[in-house]
Amino acid sequence: MRIGVLCSRVRVEEKLLFNAFAERGVDVVRLDERELAIQPTSFIPNVDILLERSVSTNAGLIAAQLFEAVGTTVINNYHTASICADKIRTSLVLAQHGVPQPITEIAFSEESALQAIERIGYPVVLKPPVGSWGRLLARINDRDAAEAIIEHKLTLGSYQHHVFYIQEYITKPQRDIRAFVIGTEVICAIYRQSSHWITNTARGGQAANCPVTDELAHICQQAALAVSNQQGGILAIDILEDEHRGYLVCEVNHTMEFRNSIDTTGVNIPMRIVQYVLEVAQGVAAR
Amino acid sequence: MMSHTIECLECGATLNLASDLMLGEILACPDCAVELEVVSLDPIQVDLAPMEVEDWGE
Repeated sequence: MRIGVLCSRVRVEEKLLFNAFAERGVDVVRLDERELAIQPTSFIPNVDILLERSVSTNAGLIAAQLFEAVGTTVINNYHTASICADKIRTSLVLAQHGVPQPITEIAFSEESALQAIERIGYPVVLKPPVGSWGRLLARINDRDAAEAIIEHKLTLGSYQHHVFYIQEYITKPQRDIRAFVIGTEVICAIYRQSSHWITNTARGGQAANCPVTDELAHICQQAALAVSNQQGGILAIDILEDEHRGYLVCEVNHTMEFRNSIDTTGVNIPMRIVQYVLEVAQGVAAR
Repeated sequence: MMSHTIECLECGATLNLASDLMLGEILACPDCAVELEVVSLDPIQVDLAPMEVEDWGE
């Protein structure tokens, strides 16, 4: 089995993964999407298994499709990645599988967005359907802000910003939870603590260990199974704590970063990822 | 490795390099915080890393 890793930018995470593969004595083929040019009908990949770690969501999704089309097993597979990359599709499958999430509405015009916002009640959070690292999130506290932000999105944003993904604001205890799922197992979790309402570690949130209770593991497994057609994968589940409803799934990430979560949890996340990739490879080889 | 330090392209600060430097690795300048991408290992060369775009993330 030839194992590849797709990435352009070698972040701390990719370096840890390459080192973990080396520690296991596995030679991996490094693929940089910037160097790829693929003919869909005649592409012969030089790998059998591909761990997709592109920092570009779009490049990762397209590459996953092209490699899967010629028989490569991609982790995470295109189906799972395409759902995780799109907050609307994520909300849809979570709802279809009965996974608790914040009240969410998707609106297609200024008028319907304002109606949805006022139906949910201030404050609400407006998110781009595709996006990460807390980019372009807006907490809207009143009608004036709602009108202004929607007008700006319609005027300045690309067409992707002309569909409005609106969520109730959860008054969380200055933290959220990021749980890591490998396969279907919740291997560890962190609190992301911040005095700002955006708690992403990319935006300065501080990591602290979060015990994986049965309740937390259950909702994370539910979410992981929902986005992956019941297969599981390498996923990071973001959870909000609501005072009355308990855990709510905020989003699921398919090329997670974990540099701040290894020492914090005591779990060797990159090695767990590598072990999972090797298990998948064994399964493919046995077919 | 031919060199264990390199000069930041933005501010001229000296960056100490790890012995396991990898092609494509991102280095953050400790002085100006600009990100540099390792584009060659022998000889060691860096370029300014591509700026974050809208679909980057996890």
